[in-house]
Amino acid sequence: MSDFSKFTDSNNDEAALENTSLVDLRERYDLYIDGGWLAPEEGEYMDTINPATGKKLAEVAVASVGDVDLAVQAARSAYEGEWGYMSGLERGKLLFRLARLIQERSREFAVLETLDGGKPIRESRDIDLPLVASHFFYHAGWADKLEFAFPGRSVRSLGVCAQVIPWNFPLLMAAWKIAPALACGNTVVLKPAETTSLSVLRLMDLFEEAGFPPGVVNIVTGAEETGKSLLNHPDVDKVAFTGSTEVGKEIQRQLAGTHKRFTLELGGKAAQIVFEDAAIDQAVEGVINGIFFNQGHVCCAGSRLLVQEGVYQEVVDKLKERMNQLVIGDPLDKNTDIGAIHSSQQLARISELVACGEAEGCELWDSGQELPKEGSWYRPTLLLDCAQSHRVVQEEIFGPVLTVQSFRTPQEAIDKANNTPYGLSGGVWTDKGAKSFSITSEIRAGVLWANTFNKLDPCSPFGGYKESGIGREGGVHGLAPYVEIGF
Amino acid sequence: MMPSLPDLSQIPPIDQRGVEERAARIQTRSLKGEGKLAALKLAVSMLDITTLEGADSPGKVRQMCMNAMRPDVRAPEIGPAAAVCVYPSMVSVARKLIDKHASTVKVASVATAFPSGQAPLALRIEDTKFAVEAGADEIDMVISRGKFLSGKFEEVFEEIVQIKEACGDAHLKVILETGELQTFDNIRIASELAMGAGADFIKTSTGKVGVNATLPNTLVMLQAIRDYYRRTGRMVGMKPAGGISKAKLALQYLIMVREILGKEWLSSDWFRFGASSLTTDLLMQLRKQSTGNYQSNCYFSKD
Repeated sequence: MSDFSKFTDSNNDEAALENTSLVDLRERYDLYIDGGWLAPEEGEYMDTINPATGKKLAEVAVASVGDVDLAVQAARSAYEGEWGYMSGLERGKLLFRLARLIQERSREFAVLETLDGGKPIRESRDIDLPLVASHFFYHAGWADKLEFAFPGRSVRSLGVCAQVIPWNFPLLMAAWKIAPALACGNTVVLKPAETTSLSVLRLMDLFEEAGFPPGVVNIVTGAEETGKSLLNHPDVDKVAFTGSTEVGKEIQRQLAGTHKRFTLELGGKAAQIVFEDAAIDQAVEGVINGIFFNQGHVCCAGSRLLVQEGVYQEVVDKLKERMNQLVIGDPLDKNTDIGAIHSSQQLARISELVACGEAEGCELWDSGQELPKEGSWYRPTLLLDCAQSHRVVQEEIFGPVLTVQSFRTPQEAIDKANNTPYGLSGGVWTDKGAKSFSITSEIRAGVLWANTFNKLDPCSPFGGYKESGIGREGGVHGLAPYVEIGF
Repeated sequence: MMPSLPDLSQIPPIDQRGVEERAARIQTRSLKGEGKLAALKLAVSMLDITTLEGADSPGKVRQMCMNAMRPDVRAPEIGPAAAVCVYPSMVSVARKLIDKHASTVKVASVATAFPSGQAPLALRIEDTKFAVEAGADEIDMVISRGKFLSGKFEEVFEEIVQIKEACGDAHLKVILETGELQTFDNIRIASELAMGAGADFIKTSTGKVGVNATLPNTLVMLQAIRDYYRRTGRMVGMKPAGGISKAKLALQYLIMVREILGKEWLSSDWFRFGASSLTTDLLMQLRKQSTGNYQSNCYFSKD
C-alpha cells in the first residue's frame, strides 16, 4: 500500500513560490518630479520593509516642504504647457498605451506589490493588477468623450490634483486617483503611503515609456508631514484622499475656506447579511472573501456578519471549517490565502481591539494555524456573540477579524446594518432576487453587493455615506470631481 | 442503512456564480514536488478504467484489465487502478482474468439500461442482477432523468432504492447525468435523493452526453456529500466521470476533495475517476516527476 500522506495531509504541501527575479529593486529611490528622479533637498530617506520577513527592501526619499513645492510647480507648468494643450484624443492614446504596458509587466508589478505590502501573490496577480490595468483602460476611453459624460454641459479640467493614498492597495489606489485625473486633463502630485511606495515609483518608468510629457504625474514619497504639506499647498486645485476617517476629518478642517475641491474615501464597517433562504455554502465562501480578502485591510471589507437565527449555527460551523483551511504564510507562495499583516503598528491595533472585544464579552475563536516566526501575522478570527454596543462592532478593525451577530426579522438586520457611523459598503446573501433589492435599498451605504462581496469595477462608482467619505470614484460619477462643469 | 426520502424543503439553493468562482479558485492551487508525486500516484489508484463502446470485445476488456492491474510496465510500484468499468456482457470476462491474478482491482459494471435509462424498471433491475451474478463488485446505475426533470422525485428515489436492493452486496454508484440535469439546484436535489436511497457513491455522468464531469458540478456534489455526512454520519463516495483526460485537471479534483471533504475521502474507497485516457497522462506526468523529462506517449500502453 502506497503512502499518499505527502498529499493527503495538506500541512505537508510544499511552497509554490512565485519567481522574484523579474523585480529589479534599486537600493534607494528618489522623488519623481518633472519627469526625472530628484534627490530630496534635505537628504532624508526612510526604509521600506517586507512585512512578511521584517527585512528592509530599499530606501525611499522623504519629501520636504520644498520638494513638494517643486513637484506642485512641475505639475502646474505641465498643466499650463504641453499637457494642457493636448487634445483628449491624444491623452487617451497615452493612457491606452500605459494600460497596455501595465498588462505586459503585470507579473513584475504583482511580485513587487506582494514584497512591499505583504498581500498574497494570488490576490496581487489575479485582482490588484488586472484592476489597475482596467482602470487605465476605462478612463483612457473617456479622455476624448467627456462631453458625452455630461450631455449638454461644458466641461473643463481643474488644474493640479494633490492625491494621498493608503497602503492596502498601493498600485490600485494610485490607478483610481491618477487615471480619472489625467483622463479629465489635470496633472497630478501623488503621495503614496510611507510603507508602500515601490510599485508607484516603478510605475513612473512606464509613464516615461508611454511618452507622457514631464510633470504630468509627480510622486512625492514620505510620511504624514509630506502629505500635509502637499494637501495644504496653495497652488493645488483638487484634493483626493483615501485613508482613515480620523485623518479625513482633519483634512476637511484644513481645507475649509480654501478654493480646493475634495473627495475623501474613508473607513467602513460593512455588514454582510445572511438570510435563511441563502445558498449557504456559497454565502459562507463569499463571507470569507468579504472579510479575509487582503488580510481584512480593506475599507469596504464585510467585517460585520449578521446571520438569521435559523441558519446561525450552520453558518458559524461552516465558517470555522473553511477558516481552518485558509493557508497563512509566505505571500509569495501561490497557495497562500492570508498574507502578512501590513505593519507592526497595524498588528498592535488589531490585537488591542480584539482584546477589547473579549473584555466586552465576545467569544473569541481563531483558526489555530501555526504562524511564521518573522514578520507580522494574525490568524483569521471570529468574534461571536457580539452586541451592537461593542467597540469591535462600531469601530473599524482593518484586519482579519469578523464580528458575528444574529437577527430574526429583516427590519432588525437593516437597523443593525445601518447602526454605525460608517456607510461605505454592505451586502446581502439571499436566493430571492426581489428581497436582495428591497433590503439593499434600505441600507445607507455607497456600494452594495448581493450574493457576492468586494467586487470592484472601474465602471462602477465607489464611495461612502456618513463618515465613510464624500464623493465617488469610478464610473461617470468618478469623473465629476475632476472637472469643472459649466452650462 | 434504511432508505429515507430527503426532506425536499430543507435542500438549500445553490448559487451558480458562487460555485463557479470557488471552483476557479481551487484551480489556482499549485502542487509541487513530493506532494504532486503522491497526488499523481493516488490518482492512479483511484482510476475506474473504462470501456463502454458497442465495439468492445473480450480481447479489449482483457487487455484493459491487465493495464488496470499494472498500469506502467516500467514502474511496477505504480497502481493498481481501483477498478475496471465495463458493460454487463463483459463482466464475466473481466472477473475471470482479475480472479486469475488475485488482484485487488474491482469489476464495475454499468447497468439499468445505461446510458439513457430508458427501459422499464423491471428490465433495469434484471440488468443489474445479471451484472451482479456475472461477478460485478460495483454497479454504476443511471437515474431516470425524464422522471426527475418532470418533478417525479419520489419515483426516482424509489427506483434507486429498488436497484440498491437488486445489487445485494455489490456497491452502488448512482449516475446523475449532470449534463442533462442542467442546473446546480437539480444536481443538489438528485444527489440528496441518491444518498437518501442508499447510494454508496454518487457519480456525475455517463460520459455519453455533451457535458460530463466539471469541477463546478463535482463541487456541488461534494458539498451535498459533506452535508449528508453531517446529518447522518454516513460517508458517501464521489466519482466524477467523463472529460477528465489530463493529470493537471485530475489533481485539481483531488485538491477539491481535500478541501471540501478532507483526507478521510482521499482513497479509492471514497473517490474514483471514471476515465479512459487519463491513465496515460498520469503515467507520463509521474515519469516526468521521476526523470525530469517528458517521454513520448508511445512508451505507454493505450489499454
